[in-house]
Amino acid sequence: MKLKIYALIFFLHFSSILSANQIVDQNAIHKNLRCLVCQGQSIADSNSDFAQTLKMVVKDLINQGKTEEEIYDFLSDKYGDWILYKPKFNLENFLLWFFPYIVLIAGGFIIVFLIKKRSKKV
Amino acid sequence: MLQCTTILICFFTLVAAFLVSDFSLITVYQNSHSLKPIFYKISGTWGNHEGSLLLWVIILTIFSFLFLILNKNHPKNYRLHTLIIQNLLILGFLFFILLNSNPFSFVNPIPKEGLGLNPILQDPALAIHPPLLYIGFVGSSIYFSAAMASMITNYSNKLFAQSIKSWVLISWTFQTLGILVGSIWAYYELGWGGFWFWDPVENASLLPWFAMTALIHSLLVLEKRNSLYFWTIILCLLTFILSVMGTFLVRSGILNSVHTFANDPSRGIYILIFLSLMILTSIFFLFKKYKPANNIINSNSKETFVLINNWFMMFYLITVLLGTLYPIFTDALTSSKISVGPPFYNSVIIPVVIIFLFLMAIGPQTRWIKNKFTNFKNIFYIIAGSIIINFTIVYLFKSYSFISNLIIISSLFLIISSVSDILKTQNINFSRIVSHLSFGFLILFIGLNHNFSEEKDFNLKLGESKKIDNYKFILQDLELTQKSNYKSVVGVLNVNNLSTNEDRTLKPEIRIYDNPQTLTYEASIQTNFLRDYYLTMSNIDRSDYYNIKFQKKPLMIWIWISVIALSIGGFLSLLRNAKNN
Amino acid sequence: MRKTIKSITLIVLIFILGVFFISLNKSTDYNTEHLIGNKLNKIKFESLEHKKIFTEEDFKKNNYTLINFWASWCAPCRIEHPILIKLSKEQNLKILGVNFKDKKINALKFLKDLGNPYDYLAKDTSGKESVNYGIYGIPESILIDNKYIIQKKFIGPLNLKDYDDILEVINSL
Repeated sequence: MKLKIYALIFFLHFSSILSANQIVDQNAIHKNLRCLVCQGQSIADSNSDFAQTLKMVVKDLINQGKTEEEIYDFLSDKYGDWILYKPKFNLENFLLWFFPYIVLIAGGFIIVFLIKKRSKKV
Repeated sequence: MLQCTTILICFFTLVAAFLVSDFSLITVYQNSHSLKPIFYKISGTWGNHEGSLLLWVIILTIFSFLFLILNKNHPKNYRLHTLIIQNLLILGFLFFILLNSNPFSFVNPIPKEGLGLNPILQDPALAIHPPLLYIGFVGSSIYFSAAMASMITNYSNKLFAQSIKSWVLISWTFQTLGILVGSIWAYYELGWGGFWFWDPVENASLLPWFAMTALIHSLLVLEKRNSLYFWTIILCLLTFILSVMGTFLVRSGILNSVHTFANDPSRGIYILIFLSLMILTSIFFLFKKYKPANNIINSNSKETFVLINNWFMMFYLITVLLGTLYPIFTDALTSSKISVGPPFYNSVIIPVVIIFLFLMAIGPQTRWIKNKFTNFKNIFYIIAGSIIINFTIVYLFKSYSFISNLIIISSLFLIISSVSDILKTQNINFSRIVSHLSFGFLILFIGLNHNFSEEKDFNLKLGESKKIDNYKFILQDLELTQKSNYKSVVGVLNVNNLSTNEDRTLKPEIRIYDNPQTLTYEASIQTNFLRDYYLTMSNIDRSDYYNIKFQKKPLMIWIWISVIALSIGGFLSLLRNAKNN
Repeated sequence: MRKTIKSITLIVLIFILGVFFISLNKSTDYNTEHLIGNKLNKIKFESLEHKKIFTEEDFKKNNYTLINFWASWCAPCRIEHPILIKLSKEQNLKILGVNFKDKKINALKFLKDLGNPYDYLAKDTSGKESVNYGIYGIPESILIDNKYIIQKKFIGPLNLKDYDDILEVINSL
């Protein structure tokens, strides 16, 4: 009986999460685009002329039905990869994205190895 | 002792020069102004490159002095070597100051007025931010020196751990507070409503913090079980090395950030040489003195969990280090500039934090030598409880992303475990519970704040009102006043929350400074224990309209309170350590 | 095993310090001058004075076209203007001026006072169209050939060196 209750809780819980909408989040896009004329601000946070213009362009692109990825590709094509705060998933940035996890896994192995080596032999 | 006094005299002379606006000194000329309020004249002493280096040297000196007199029950040889190395560090910095960044250099003819300090820098939080951080990461110099001394003099057992434990705790506590104050300042001063931007300069203060946290935990193992000695040494060296590297990145001009000081590559060379010497010397001694250890580590014990903590801390450290340095590396090697910003750090780190929080809850409950795992049932109940609470939040308010759900659940798990820990055991380690509990709350509040924040961006004219969703905004008035060093335009904005019928008046400000000519936007923040209302107003060129950005940020104040509680945990640990020794 | 760890650590650290050293001499300012070689697939600008739209067809017969983004309210644009006048005398080059976020009356007065070097006069009042060309400030200029491939980008006002560089490109072949 307890098991059934827990199962119900899990099920209700996760089905509610999955129903959360997946629309193109304009604010998330704004936060990912760098204001090129500012010192380290996204266009979401900046009041500069360039930021305002870019926000209008992003709005137009969304209305044209472009996905988030397409918008980023378009803008990085025109302004270079520097305008994107989230580095692209390509071969050049492979090290950036994967090295932390390689370290995590390697660290795990080291710990397991260390403990095995130094465990009390019963 | 003499050294300490001389340096302090130097420092206070500089403060005095700032106070009386002695513009014959070039540092005072470049960074002060006779109209500046007294508090900021004093804090202006360290609000610039040269003066802050003097602050560096003071902390180095004071810590050196205190370490010497407070550690009388440790071998003389060890203390002597610590002192020697610490003084080599001090010497390095003094050379730097004398040859490159002398705050006492003269300028002739004597200017009538100073160039003024950037108005954004005239702020109480920003004034105390450097001293707090310096006690943090500059203070780590003392256990860098102690670690080197320990290797050289072979003082490598639990007594060594005891000799540096208080220092590690002090520097950790102040580093935490320093980072907190910096975030609070960024929140209310920069006008974007955020408190952490993964900006390279912010990361530079976070990197030593990860190392310090790992060090606190591995010191426990060294102290209780006399094991993990060389790893502890590595962490001691790493903390200060990261601190100096951070200083290098910030002052050399190779970083592009909103935080950087005025840049000068010649400073970079000096600090880089100093850093290289430190790193190479550390490596030399580590290689020479390393002896593999053979202590027993039982897999089911607290030691394992300390290792796990260190493992995760190193993950965070490497991630932030990589993200910060990667643009520098790609630019140097391939001349192509890329940006690494919040989306990177958040995507990489957050999923791992989820697991980390679970382990943080279980770890402290395991015993030191051998653990009897009898409480699987307990863990299961707490997980179920966390899920139920999370589900209640989703049901009552709104649903959010899958990852956010996991974050909320895991932070609740840590919180409930810590609380049940208090209720169960008699022999309570209060400092540890406070720290772990605060960390759990911190993540919980950040998660809730992030998911339930609302933002409205619109334009208003004087006298106009606008209704957006369940809010009504009216720009009732514009107050124009002339202050001592700027013109002020304050918007009187009425915010009415139609669903709760809550009525507030916020007063965002636009400041027009004339020396130097700058325009700043001061946010109006209305805080209570449930949420912050955060509002900025900016003028639109060639128009009567003002652009208004309104944010509702739930539970904001609890984020600050959690970090304060976290540092209190550090302070309690310090007291406990002092009492026991 | 230990020796390899030691050597790897040493190499990595020296590498990091080396990169720091190299970076000291690099500038942190970003500009888009390196984004050349791409083809402008579509050109579309409204004319400033007439009810006409310029498209890429208008520039097909030109050996080279310089697209210059300017405005009457922009001080550096005044400074670069004499260079544009000089360039307008070149046979191999036609100049398209895009008046950026400006008022027609001010733009025309600017050209009346300082001279009109433009073979084509267009406008982008909202600034949105210029995003398609990677513009983020003015003045900026883009040099394209008859296949619409970007030869050079100039960020900021044109100076004498830029003038020489342009001549070199348009007179090659």
